[in-house]
Amino acid sequence: MSLDRSQVENVAQLARIQIKEDEMADTLASLSNIMSLVDQLQAVDTEGVEPLANPLDAQALLRADEVTESNHRDDYQLIAPQAEKGLYLVPKVIE
Amino acid sequence: MEWETVIGLEIHVQLSTQSKIFSGSSTRFGAEPNTQASLVDLAMPGALPVFNAEALHKAVAFGLAIDAEIGKRSVFDRKNYFYPDLPKGYQITQMDHPIVGKGQVEIVLDDGSTRTIGVTRAHLEEDAGKSLHEEFEGQSGIDLNRAGTPLLEIVSEPDIRTAKEAVAYLRKIHSIITYIGISDGNMAEGSMRCDANVSVRPKGQQELGTRTEIKNINSFRFVEKAINHEVQRHIDVIEDGGSIVQETRLYDADKNETRSMRSKEFANDYRYFPEPDLLPVIIDHDYIERVAEALPELPAAKVKRFMADYGLSEYDANVLSASRAMADFYEAVVKTSGDAKIAANWCMGELTAYLNREEIEVSASPISADHLGQLIQRILDNTLSNKIAKQVFEAMTQGEGEPDAIIEARGLKQVTDSSAIEAMIDDVIAANPKQVEDYRSGKDKLFGFFVGQVMKASKGQASPAQVNDILLQKLKG
Repeated sequence: MSLDRSQVENVAQLARIQIKEDEMADTLASLSNIMSLVDQLQAVDTEGVEPLANPLDAQALLRADEVTESNHRDDYQLIAPQAEKGLYLVPKVIE
Repeated sequence: MEWETVIGLEIHVQLSTQSKIFSGSSTRFGAEPNTQASLVDLAMPGALPVFNAEALHKAVAFGLAIDAEIGKRSVFDRKNYFYPDLPKGYQITQMDHPIVGKGQVEIVLDDGSTRTIGVTRAHLEEDAGKSLHEEFEGQSGIDLNRAGTPLLEIVSEPDIRTAKEAVAYLRKIHSIITYIGISDGNMAEGSMRCDANVSVRPKGQQELGTRTEIKNINSFRFVEKAINHEVQRHIDVIEDGGSIVQETRLYDADKNETRSMRSKEFANDYRYFPEPDLLPVIIDHDYIERVAEALPELPAAKVKRFMADYGLSEYDANVLSASRAMADFYEAVVKTSGDAKIAANWCMGELTAYLNREEIEVSASPISADHLGQLIQRILDNTLSNKIAKQVFEAMTQGEGEPDAIIEARGLKQVTDSSAIEAMIDDVIAANPKQVEDYRSGKDKLFGFFVGQVMKASKGQASPAQVNDILLQKLKG
């Protein structure tokens, strides 16, 4: 299956990835290649096969409900681009 | 044209675990920003989620309480979207295999009739952080304390037909989650949040109209107002020849209106897929049995028991068991006082009136159940008349201590010494010769006057029963 340009643009938007004009042709070709691999997988008859949630034949181990973490805010905020009054600052987001 | 409204609610309930759903951070409300955000909550590379056993237990308890199918194999999925209060870039939730499947709850409407509302499913997921837009010029502040708080999202069938029914359903869910103790249900603190899907269609039409989703309605009162407003907007738009756009709208309580959240350039595409960092959660019949055994008594069962054990009317039993806190309080009062009926009267009367006046919950009552029980004992053993007991109650609300101490300090003990009462009656009779004469010549109604005078003379502390008896004899002359 080959993708068209608008599909690539849509995926890029959803992933918040900027694709420059001169990268578009390559990206389109690479993604289309990946999609043809997916097509191959899709062609397998999976009738009656339960979808796999995880490749490991195991089940979740649960944690006891206990507070085990303490406050390391100052350490964590050292690597934040910007923090003030204990808050991480980001460019304004508002719906 | 006559319109029919179709409403479905999505209710997010924060589960009252100590720690987060996938990390060991505290979930306590109101902490300093980001002091309860660990590496997992911050989405640091390599930090892996581990599922909290108590979140599972609470979700299963809810499923059992609404008579739902329990997912013996539930799977977590990633819901992908970008927002700064969601640092991983995806929310861990459950898509195809939720922990709770189809169930139902019964709601009681104002006219006493009941309706069954279907619950489509309830799934576990993590809460996001909070974005604060006000304080910083051109920037938003992010607090990730809430990120990772366990949520149970309860999705109803589109079975609800009026805003009032929506409120009744929301109250019912609130009652259930607080009864079984899986959440504090505090809407003001965001422990319970509600989104409403609303559409209208011509009455009789099968096909559903286009729906809008009203986000973040955070009080019982606003649910009704927001839905009514949105329904009217739909009808107005359609009757004006327009059509409803499927979108998300925000309710503005100050203006009582909904407005479109800026329409996104692209339709939401969350690209769900199974969460590879978490294995499927498998539970067996024994596990479900154990949760069922630990489940407390549910409201409907409690109403029946209150009627049978305490001889309450259905109405009284319903009022007293509407919240678990009040039901527990009432039962404690019964235990101390030994009189279920009088305990019911005081809980529904003086106590509820006081709580309403002060706008506080019974859990915040300055009067303990034990003290109210003791007060009732003092009525039963004739230490206090009902009237004086109300004075003592008032004093208790002012924090003056336990009833006996107040009775002692204020000298409120009921006078049951018959010679003392006789003396007071003699004085009253001597002071009112005209009324005595009128009474003896047939004006029976004056009896009340004498009782009043005697009670006044005793500052309300004479035993009314004794006053009646002695007065009757003395007035015979």
